Amino acid sequence: MTCQFELTGVTYSYPGADRNALHRVDLSVGSGSLHALLGPNGSGKSTLLQVMLGEARASSGHVSFRGRPIVEWKRREIATQVAFVPQSEPLAFPLKVRELVEMGRYPHIGTLGRAGPDDRRAVEEAMEVAGVASFAARPITTLSGGELQRTRIARALAQKPMTLVLDEPTAALDLHFEMETFELMRRLTVEQGLTIVVATHNLNLAARYASHVLLLAEGRVEAAGSPQDVFTKDTLERVYRWPIAVLPHPGPGHDAGVPQVVPLTPPRGVA
Amino acid sequence: MARQTGAQLRLLALFGLTLGVCAIALVVGPVQVSLGDVLLVFRGRADPTVYTIVMSLRVPRIALAASVGAGLAVSGAVFQALLRNPLAEPYVLGVSSGAAVGAVAAMVLGLTATSILALPVAAFLGAVLAIVLVLAMSGTAGRGLDTRVLLLSGVVIGAFFNATVLLIINFADADTFRAAMLWIMGSFAGASRESAFTLLLYVGPALLLLMVVARPLNLLSVGEQSAFHLGVDVRRLKIILYVVTSLIVGACVAGAGAIGFVGLVVPHALRLIGGSDHRWLLPGCAMAGAAFMVGADAIARTVVAPAELPVGVVTALIGVPVFLWLLRTRDGLA
Repeated sequence: MTCQFELTGVTYSYPGADRNALHRVDLSVGSGSLHALLGPNGSGKSTLLQVMLGEARASSGHVSFRGRPIVEWKRREIATQVAFVPQSEPLAFPLKVRELVEMGRYPHIGTLGRAGPDDRRAVEEAMEVAGVASFAARPITTLSGGELQRTRIARALAQKPMTLVLDEPTAALDLHFEMETFELMRRLTVEQGLTIVVATHNLNLAARYASHVLLLAEGRVEAAGSPQDVFTKDTLERVYRWPIAVLPHPGPGHDAGVPQVVPLTPPRGVA
Repeated sequence: MARQTGAQLRLLALFGLTLGVCAIALVVGPVQVSLGDVLLVFRGRADPTVYTIVMSLRVPRIALAASVGAGLAVSGAVFQALLRNPLAEPYVLGVSSGAAVGAVAAMVLGLTATSILALPVAAFLGAVLAIVLVLAMSGTAGRGLDTRVLLLSGVVIGAFFNATVLLIINFADADTFRAAMLWIMGSFAGASRESAFTLLLYVGPALLLLMVVARPLNLLSVGEQSAFHLGVDVRRLKIILYVVTSLIVGACVAGAGAIGFVGLVVPHALRLIGGSDHRWLLPGCAMAGAAFMVGADAIARTVVAPAELPVGVVTALIGVPVFLWLLRTRDGLA
């Protein structure tokens, strides 16, 4: 199995902070699989993504993409292989959906190039796959949260990446859009062989859709492996500081038996 | 494909509009000159008085106004993308006032006699100082800029620099004093062939450079993090944009004073007409900004003829209502 991202002993601290935001984190992201990055608020998920993608530089440790140190990659070159969907972005101007998706071709076209047939095809395909083609002419300022998120995923897909990284893509989305997003991620890994890394707070969907999970707490790796390995009552109660039960998913289909987390009402005096 | 043709048609229409406004500005004024007379001038067969009015007064003035209008409108559009805020503009952000301080300081210190470059360079440094102060005050550690804090910082910095200009010109002789007063409201009354040509020399290449980076500027307008991950060298692009816009604003202020709201009204109108893609928006702003400023100047020198209004009065009277309307219609200003 070839590795997309390989992180060894990565430590990162924000200027002036008294503890490390990341402490000796190891992570290896294999091709064609869906990796979920879990952990409480402030546990270092976004920071880990930033360091992994070269946006922030590790204080110590090693980060490489496809065997080459992340800092040696040219920005445009890596953007043809890795696409990132940030948690949010300012919507100052009423760009059309299609215009936003077309931005995904920048790493291929460059500052002065002209969009060719390949670029147009990639944009159309990305809009089809992400389900935004039907409102391609609408201004992004008029979209619902779910439509906007799919538009941003379409832009990432227009980059034709091998690896797709998403930072809490379903925060603030309703059940329908959240399930759609996770189903889309599954299709992309299974049908198109994409590698996906997703930071999320939804433990239950992570357990169902991810093949690998990494559980962070206060910048350290608390557990890593398959959902079955990581989703134990003890580990999750310790990390989230709340009583829980872990139950098998009732099914049907391939979800049956997957560990699902149910938060409990604490005994009086605990909470 | 269809959209590209649409943008080209719109740009062509704007070009026609600009030419039309310039033609009107050539004929109106204290002395009415007919278009026929103007044609005679260009063929070198007009009478000497008309020739002087057209070639020594109106043509340089129109060229100066067009360059300043183009420069300020494009700078406004670039600031808006850089700060992801449609209300950002060189005058509102205090950048024009900073440039005015630089220009007036250079005049009072007598530096303008030493080199033709002194005035624009001093204005450029003033503009850079203002940008640094405004960004420091609104705390832009790469995070989202709060619109209210940003605008307030600009207004306060602008007020401070305007006061500084008034303070400095108290130490000036009568001639400098009169010239310096122009910097406060802005006017093209002092236009000459040299001033128009000098400005064009600065603003022309700077505008071309900005149009070259229109595509990465599009990406920057949806967020620095997104632009970075789409392959843009964000740091380098931002430095280029701040330096080039400061150069343009400095040169415009050195040429005609601090004229406000052009950078607000023009980009906003063009976004409504043709969308927010900077590959159309920047050349469109250059042309529409030129037309707007030439038109505003034509109004400024005709409504109270034979006296003249400062052109900044005209642009402010048009620009402030637009600004207020924008402020009201934008949801979630914070």
